[in-house]
Amino acid sequence: MQRLKLFLPLIAFVVVVLFFYIMVSRIGDGDYNPQELPSALVNKSFPAFSLSKLEEPSIQIEQKDLVGNIALINVWATWCPSCHVEHGYLNYLATEKGITIYGVNYKDKASLAQQWLAEKGNPYRFNIFDPQGRLGLDMGVTGAPETYVIDHRGFVRMRFQGPIDETIWQEKFQPMMDQLRAEQKAPGGA
Amino acid sequence: MKYGLILLCLLSPLCVAVVETYNFENEVNRERYHQFIDELRCPKCQNQNLDGSNAPIAKDLRRELHRLLEDGQTDAQIVEYMVGRYGEFVLYRPRFNAETAVLWLAPAIFLVLGFVLIFMVFKRQKPSASTQGNSAELDADEQRRLRALLTDKDQPNA
Repeated sequence: MQRLKLFLPLIAFVVVVLFFYIMVSRIGDGDYNPQELPSALVNKSFPAFSLSKLEEPSIQIEQKDLVGNIALINVWATWCPSCHVEHGYLNYLATEKGITIYGVNYKDKASLAQQWLAEKGNPYRFNIFDPQGRLGLDMGVTGAPETYVIDHRGFVRMRFQGPIDETIWQEKFQPMMDQLRAEQKAPGGA
Repeated sequence: MKYGLILLCLLSPLCVAVVETYNFENEVNRERYHQFIDELRCPKCQNQNLDGSNAPIAKDLRRELHRLLEDGQTDAQIVEYMVGRYGEFVLYRPRFNAETAVLWLAPAIFLVLGFVLIFMVFKRQKPSASTQGNSAELDADEQRRLRALLTDKDQPNA
């Protein structure tokens, strides 16, 4: 018993080392991201808004215009470096996979954003122009890019912070999309 | 001079000045504003409050906070607004609920555990201390053994 007491500090040390080792390796593998925050919007209706369309500023877009399809809502801006990285993959999702993507052009200049879409291709069904970031605040956006998944009722089901690529799509988005499609098809789901 | 430099090094991280200035209807709102930016956490740079952060989102939230205060919203409404958008995470003083119960109760639990531990240690020491205390004086048999030991200096003790 007395012997055991002698080893207590060592045992405590080993436990702490193990804990840190597991956490660091989980961060390294991408299993756990300490920066990631659960969105307050998950399982809630997408916030109401009324903002102009980036492509045609005379047209106002509202929350009901987003309802009806399982869709991605992608927050982007021309000042955001990761959005450049992500853009090619969004084009692929829209054209090859037929995913509905709505854009939120976040705290950006309309002319720059329009030029960007003309040059890089436009994966978005349409873009909501949010120069002040008001809608961004209501969505709980902390920076660009961020991607939200909404179901056919217009409820936010998932939020992802950072650029999407094939790996992330397969790991995080695909299971959610499959689940939402199943929900939509289920009786009473419409 | 040297001490002045050291003092400067120590103080400089404390004066992260926020650039924008706001006008307030009254002093109470100003106080509340400073209280809020002190206790609300920046959702982007996670270990800073709104006061200390230069992130664009922190700036937006300060502007929004100013608007809400001047709108005459109550503290509870403002907290609700922030939590509704950014989750419980933004509160440096989290509200008590099932999720934060551990946070709030842990210090009290550890304090109680500490007292229990102290109590147990003392309780275990007492009986042994009392038996040894009474035998401080050696009885006749022990006196004899002691004398034998002292005279037998050459013998290695067993």
